[in-house]
Amino acid sequence: MTLDYQPSQESLSKLTPVLTKRWLSPDAWKIDVYERLDGYTALRKAFKAHPDELIQLVKDSGLRGRGGAGFPTGMKWGFIPQNDGKPHYLVVNADEGEPGTCKDLPLMMADPHALVEGVIIASYAIRANFAAIYIRGEAVHSARRLRAAVQQAYAKGYLGKNILGSGFDLDLVVHSGAGAYICGEETALLDSLEGYRGQPRLRPPFPATHGLYASPTVVNNVETIASVPYIVLGGSAWFRSMGTEKSPGPKIYSISGRVNNPGQFECGLGVTLRQLIDLAGGMKAGHKLKFWTPGGSSTPMLTEEHLDVPMDFEGMAGVGTMLGTTAVQVFSDQDDIVYATYRWIAFYHHESCGKCTPCREGNYWMVRILHRILAGQGTHQDLDTLLDACDNLLGRSFCALGDGATSPVTSSIKYFKQDYLDYIEGRKTPMFKGELVGAH
Amino acid sequence: MAFSEVMHERARQIIARYPEGRSRSALLPLLHLVQSEQGYVSPEGIAFCAEILGITKAQVGAVATFYTMYKRKPTGDWLVSVCTNTMCGVLGGDKAYETLRDYLGVDHDETTADGKITLEHAECLAACDYAPVMTVNYEFFDQITEDSALTLVKQLQNGERPQPTRGTRLCTLKEMAVQLAGFADDRGDDVIADGPAGEPTLAGNRLAERFSIAVPGFDPETPIGKKDEAPAPKPAETMPKAASDAKPAGDSPMPQKDAVKEAKA
Repeated sequence: MTLDYQPSQESLSKLTPVLTKRWLSPDAWKIDVYERLDGYTALRKAFKAHPDELIQLVKDSGLRGRGGAGFPTGMKWGFIPQNDGKPHYLVVNADEGEPGTCKDLPLMMADPHALVEGVIIASYAIRANFAAIYIRGEAVHSARRLRAAVQQAYAKGYLGKNILGSGFDLDLVVHSGAGAYICGEETALLDSLEGYRGQPRLRPPFPATHGLYASPTVVNNVETIASVPYIVLGGSAWFRSMGTEKSPGPKIYSISGRVNNPGQFECGLGVTLRQLIDLAGGMKAGHKLKFWTPGGSSTPMLTEEHLDVPMDFEGMAGVGTMLGTTAVQVFSDQDDIVYATYRWIAFYHHESCGKCTPCREGNYWMVRILHRILAGQGTHQDLDTLLDACDNLLGRSFCALGDGATSPVTSSIKYFKQDYLDYIEGRKTPMFKGELVGAH
Repeated sequence: MAFSEVMHERARQIIARYPEGRSRSALLPLLHLVQSEQGYVSPEGIAFCAEILGITKAQVGAVATFYTMYKRKPTGDWLVSVCTNTMCGVLGGDKAYETLRDYLGVDHDETTADGKITLEHAECLAACDYAPVMTVNYEFFDQITEDSALTLVKQLQNGERPQPTRGTRLCTLKEMAVQLAGFADDRGDDVIADGPAGEPTLAGNRLAERFSIAVPGFDPETPIGKKDEAPAPKPAETMPKAASDAKPAGDSPMPQKDAVKEAKA
């Protein structure tokens, strides 16, 4: 492991170890260790405040959803109608599966009580007495720690009836999914949690009024909820001392691929790729940056032109992409962008839930066209057909899975059309054996 | 086959986790439970879930066939999954998968003739910082190579249980399905303690530690109700509208729209 490298002072100054800090204590998943490390102090403090004060606090902090959309968390909580006589629910989206994303599973593995504590505070704020953590099925290692944490929290009176004498009751269930990327979409997640196929729902009505069991529901990402105890303790001004004005707070950036020291780097929002690569020990020897995703494969790819663009919600929107899940996948001149795109589209094709035609059929055909190009049998017209397919997917599919699927295709053609032409015009050795697909 | 009383008792415990009148929420864990008995979701398993929840077999079947982790034919003791999504694929996952496929003589979602090993290529397993990765019964083996993948599979064939890089010591796929059904791992704390965070997980932390970096100004006594501590945030111009807040990547504005136009240019 290369640990002797020296990032610049400027890059180092971007590090904000807050959510990840406890990860250094290998036993932090045990409740007594967590308590020694200030665990559940935020909960005690929160119970002394009125729930509305907590919603206001989170609004003031400027916390925005960490699952990709960046919707203001406090506003989302504030949408829950109060005194409506209906049960309220908190659902944590732990269905981490956006290609490149790998921040929530390590958090739940190393520090599961931080999420449990955040769940209790958030549930108290929105007046929910039942909460569920919908964790991706394959994530058994994190689910195991999380289930142990929930059991311990019940045993210590942090969950159940009359928590810490506050009069507040909360039941928390850890619900394992069963292998479906679409369940990361919040309404598909709710359907799945209700015991149905994970397919997205038509909105409106929104989960804030008609979510789980058609009742008011907040769905938040793991990292969002895990941020809450720190905001409760440190206050909104402290939270805003990190990140940028419109994108405040710390954020776990996951950098993978052709760098020397890939991993999780928690930085204030607005760090640049140049700084992240510096923190990750630089590019691997013999590799030159070619393309990268700022926040998973559903966010349009960028190039070395964008090394110095701040990676916050605004900065990424300014260059035609999205911050997404800050899953930074770094590819080099030795990686084939056409293959990368093909592989991602094969993923969207596999994961399309089949509910809407544009996504189901669009991805089905795009993956075949990309395969044909890689097999050396592509035509110039194929590129137009791909973009037409994207036109028909984007904004016309039922949910963001279909929208996201267009990102790798359009951004790769935009920046690296020549790579496609090299296959089409026979300058590059075909990657697959030829097979005729569709009509030429 | 008739399911045992233990299964029925577990099924009742699963249903009890959800709010009253919402027993259908138990369907996903119940299907995991069925797999813990049979290794796959059999017609009997579907009938079991349907009967317990008071819904039709067709309703259960529709759900069971939607999710990748519910297997529709008998599986081996060891489900070997190699990530071949883009990042793992280009870093060596594709080659590792091909190596195992050729060695075992089975392809995706197929089981070896001795019924021991089921092979599959998996989509992104959310461990790209450890790429390329593979899992055995969903426990992670990180930074694999063709050789290490092959060695691992040979160990499984020899009756060994190699220690995963992260996650705990291996149990069989049926045993794992009990945990997926929501029952805590009953093998004790030392098993749960297995698989401490690896270096990629701690990469940023290690730097912060090495260069003594901490976030200043943290005072846990900061009052909650104090109004003057921060100005109310102004809604950002690019703030997504509420209608879109669930979209994984947000859609207002929809930057891909320009991307389509520019790509066409």
